[in-house]
Amino acid sequence: MLDEAEVQVIARLARIGINDDESPTLTLQLSRILALVAEMNKVDTERVEPLAHPLELVARRRPDVVTETDQRATMQQTAPATHDGYYLVPRVIE
Amino acid sequence: MTWEPVIGLEIHVQLATSSKIFSGAPTTYGAPPNTQACAVDLGLPGVLPVVNGRAIELAILFGLAIEAEIAPYSVFARKNYFYPDLPKGYQISQYEMPIVGLGRFEIRLANGQRKFIRVRRAHLEEDAGKSVHDAYPGLSGIDLNRTGTPLLEVVSEPDLASAAEAVTFMRGMHALVKFLGVSDGNMQEGSFRCDANVSIRRRGTNILGTRTEIKNLNSFRFVERAINYEIERQTEVLETGGKITQETRLYDPDKDETRPMRSKEDAHDYRYFPDPDLLPIVITEADLVAARAALPELPAQKIARYLTEYALNQDDAEALISERGIAAYFETLVMESGDPRLAANWVTGEVFAAVNRARIEFSRVPVSARELAKLLVRIGDNTVSRSIAKQVFEAMWSEGGTADQIIADRGLKQVTDDGEISALINSVIAESPEQVAQFRAGKEKVFSYFVGQIMKKSKGKASPQQVNTLLLEKLNEQT
Repeated sequence: MLDEAEVQVIARLARIGINDDESPTLTLQLSRILALVAEMNKVDTERVEPLAHPLELVARRRPDVVTETDQRATMQQTAPATHDGYYLVPRVIE
Repeated sequence: MTWEPVIGLEIHVQLATSSKIFSGAPTTYGAPPNTQACAVDLGLPGVLPVVNGRAIELAILFGLAIEAEIAPYSVFARKNYFYPDLPKGYQISQYEMPIVGLGRFEIRLANGQRKFIRVRRAHLEEDAGKSVHDAYPGLSGIDLNRTGTPLLEVVSEPDLASAAEAVTFMRGMHALVKFLGVSDGNMQEGSFRCDANVSIRRRGTNILGTRTEIKNLNSFRFVERAINYEIERQTEVLETGGKITQETRLYDPDKDETRPMRSKEDAHDYRYFPDPDLLPIVITEADLVAARAALPELPAQKIARYLTEYALNQDDAEALISERGIAAYFETLVMESGDPRLAANWVTGEVFAAVNRARIEFSRVPVSARELAKLLVRIGDNTVSRSIAKQVFEAMWSEGGTADQIIADRGLKQVTDDGEISALINSVIAESPEQVAQFRAGKEKVFSYFVGQIMKKSKGKASPQQVNTLLLEKLNEQT
């Protein structure tokens, strides 16, 4: 069972804003999902290979060749702010 | 109370590919911002990453060089976090099934002892972009050219017991990846950088202390200083009864100290999961056969061979394998001249000195190994003395031409005729009655005065061995 503080942490990690009204409902719903996972965890998977991908295929490898040209002008049309070729974002400092 | 440092390194090696790990955008350094970031790098909706085969080959090559297990089956995973220079909101990396498994790398300690450092794993991942914080007030500028550049992250076990060992390991890794051609190793351009995990424990105990991680060290000097600072800081905290907080710290070279980097609310929780956009990588026997064929003789193997086969000393051998091109030059020189010791002396002496004077890369040395070998042969057959050979080399370096041609054109052939040398000796003796008297009075130091005068008269061309023998005979004769 999750508590509301944990749900706040999960929301923050996913950058999803949730307000106090939603919090109890979401906590309950997420807890139910985890209960379902806990149920599935009871299945004996000792002899089952972990599955990394549902398709039974292998990665195709691309030759190491440059195929892309400069598309900056097109790409930056949708950006809210650019300058001297940079995308501008609210200041982030570590 | 004595404390024992326990250090592990994570080294990020930029792989020497032309295109990115999952897209066909170029990886060239120094392009104008965002001109090398395509739709895949930007993580636009609907794009599909396709892995660069060369990146896989380079990872295998590195793995073989550290005697590691190459995973027959490995998987890409998403590492989730938010930062403006990571447009997808996740970095494609490898988590549970990395391409390179447990390996080991031998280092030579300051006291001459050898030590194996275990490499826990090496995995493929994409680099993030670059943020510029000081150019715009209140804003950060983002350049995504580096986004998607292929990296191999090499993770060592905490087998390093001092800052000096850590630097030795890092230098060894740096030389290895350059040697293999896995990376250009350019540290100024960020092609080789390192995080250090540092903790300390009481000597004699086995329990690991709480560690801190120092991020983004991009020079050998900073690695050493940052680790030493951190060891001192942790020692002080523990000895005054405090506790170490597990955290990420940044090294500030100006103040020579480390400081905590991220606040606690951003505590790492990357929620890795397999990337559904990418299928698993399968390494076949054919891949391994090809990689083994591409694997050159490694630096450590070359050193061992130089010591036994060529009877070189450790320092010379190490200097000669510091770059693959230097080793190749040296080996050609040995083959063509037939004199390994002389070849080693010349490369580490005259050639290195000339490279330093000219401030060029070794690869741009204008005198080929084949041509230099012809000069060494002329030293061997006594056509020129070693000091005249230096003059010839300088002429070959600055003006080109072959050794034989320069020796002939400038009349530099060594004088080995006893009669000619005797005549020179006689004239010097005749001109220096004072020094002759001194020598006869037992002042043997003046001998070198005579040698100097004779060599000067011969313009350096008289064979020094013959001058010594004949001069001694003559001086003794006349007493």
